Amino acid sequence: MMYRINNLQLSLPDMTRKPLLGAAPRIKILKGLTFDLPKGEVLGIVGGSGSGKSTLGRAMLRLLEPTGGNIEFDGTDITYLSENQLRPTRKRFQMIFQDPMSSLNPRRRVGGIIACPLRVNGMDNLDTRVTEALEMVGLPNHFGNRYPHELSGGQRQRVGIARAIALRPDFILADEIVSGLDVSSQAQVLNLLENLVKELGLTLAFISHDLSVIRRLCTRVLVLHQGVIVEGGPTEALFASPRAAYTRELLNAIPLPNPYQRWA
Amino acid sequence: MTAYLSIRNLTVTLTGGTPILRNVSLDVVAGQVHGLVGESGAGKSMIGKAVLGTLPRALTISTGEIWLDGVNILTLRASQRRQRIGAIAALIPQDPLTALNPSKRIGPQITRRLVDILGWSKQVATARALDLLAEVQIPDPVRVMRTYPHELSGGMRQRILIASAFAAEPKLIIADEPTTALDVTVQKQILRLISDMQTRHNTALLFVTHDLGVVSKVCDTLSVLYAGKVVEDARMYRFFMRPIHPYSAALLAATPTYTDPTGSLTPVPPKVIKAVEQEIQEHDMRARR
Repeated sequence: MMYRINNLQLSLPDMTRKPLLGAAPRIKILKGLTFDLPKGEVLGIVGGSGSGKSTLGRAMLRLLEPTGGNIEFDGTDITYLSENQLRPTRKRFQMIFQDPMSSLNPRRRVGGIIACPLRVNGMDNLDTRVTEALEMVGLPNHFGNRYPHELSGGQRQRVGIARAIALRPDFILADEIVSGLDVSSQAQVLNLLENLVKELGLTLAFISHDLSVIRRLCTRVLVLHQGVIVEGGPTEALFASPRAAYTRELLNAIPLPNPYQRWA
Repeated sequence: MTAYLSIRNLTVTLTGGTPILRNVSLDVVAGQVHGLVGESGAGKSMIGKAVLGTLPRALTISTGEIWLDGVNILTLRASQRRQRIGAIAALIPQDPLTALNPSKRIGPQITRRLVDILGWSKQVATARALDLLAEVQIPDPVRVMRTYPHELSGGMRQRILIASAFAAEPKLIIADEPTTALDVTVQKQILRLISDMQTRHNTALLFVTHDLGVVSKVCDTLSVLYAGKVVEDARMYRFFMRPIHPYSAALLAATPTYTDPTGSLTPVPPKVIKAVEQEIQEHDMRARR
């Protein structure tokens, strides 16, 4: 089991309603989530804006501190590990971000961007590893000398993927990584991701608001609504007969490229 | 059927001569919705900007005609042109948060255009704004008029911009990716609202989007753009049943659909891209002669 998550809760201070003196009231973002993610699966996390899908992802990587519950990563409880204790585990889970323009350092060349986490984690043969990573995402080696602004959106997102896989992690979190791309580059990036999952034996959590994309890529789905799991299970079963009313509402709201779809 | 907007052979170039729009022609008819689709950088938004006279400084209209309700606005003097555009056209922008002034209440932001540009009295403009807010299904319009943009949700803000676009009964509305920032359930409500309002007011609507799913729900006709050139002009049903241009077909194949998980998501093949680029090169050669 890659992840075992039990009654995960997370609340953040609501700074807009903070009194002049004293603590801000807390908003509950995640209200007790429990689910398992087996190794080698691709988990789609879906929900409307404000449903807590990104917060859940960030809590899974311990980028946000949970306020209750447990997160077990590959058999070890990482919920309350200190940053030092967590350090060796950190390189085993990586993240790909939504907006490649703001998650790639504009002053550094692609090669340097990919090498950075490798150096931080004390790895050797940086050049070979960078070349390898670029090759795996289908970018030619000379792209290592380019700056992010010289690349197209799809290529930038490939660099983000290369940076994540260069460390050879066990788990990758992809947070809305195709929502800013055109359909054609979106299809390319999704196909690439699918191949990488197979080749490297990755476990992937894929956050998206687009159920069509989820259906194509993911083996399991988790539907979130207002910080609660409304439905979860294998992709086929969920799409064949969605049980929760909210899932059906989400599905019905998707405009398919078909003028005869009943969209009422 | 009167065409409220007719664009004829519009070419827009970057200073230096690189074409951004190549010989674009299209019509938007009263009571109909015309979609503009294409990938980012195809020039969809630039068409809207050219019509509204808000092209970035670096771009110039080199040839072509833009007819707004029977007048070619490119032959008018700048001040007359602005007046004509203001009287006939309006915009529903993409991002409702940046389109609203964060330091002003909603009410004045809707009425300002009516009072300052169209010369309505404040009372009439306010009454009109209240009516419109009710029409776009905003609960408690009187209260909302006094709120600031940050107090409202994304869907609410987009409703306000829709109300404000329809305020002066424009003949043409340009909607530039109006639902891209919203999630699917809200998108559905907003699309339906735009459609209803457009039908009720018999407005001509130019709908810019990259989402073919959205096109199939709101548009009557559409143009597919690639690198500033219209590669296909079609009626909506025909387009989805039998796309003629290979690029259109490839775009459709790349669009994910949850009903067909195995068949969907083929990137546009390099062969097709090469063919379109060839076509565009040939077009540029002809244009130079």
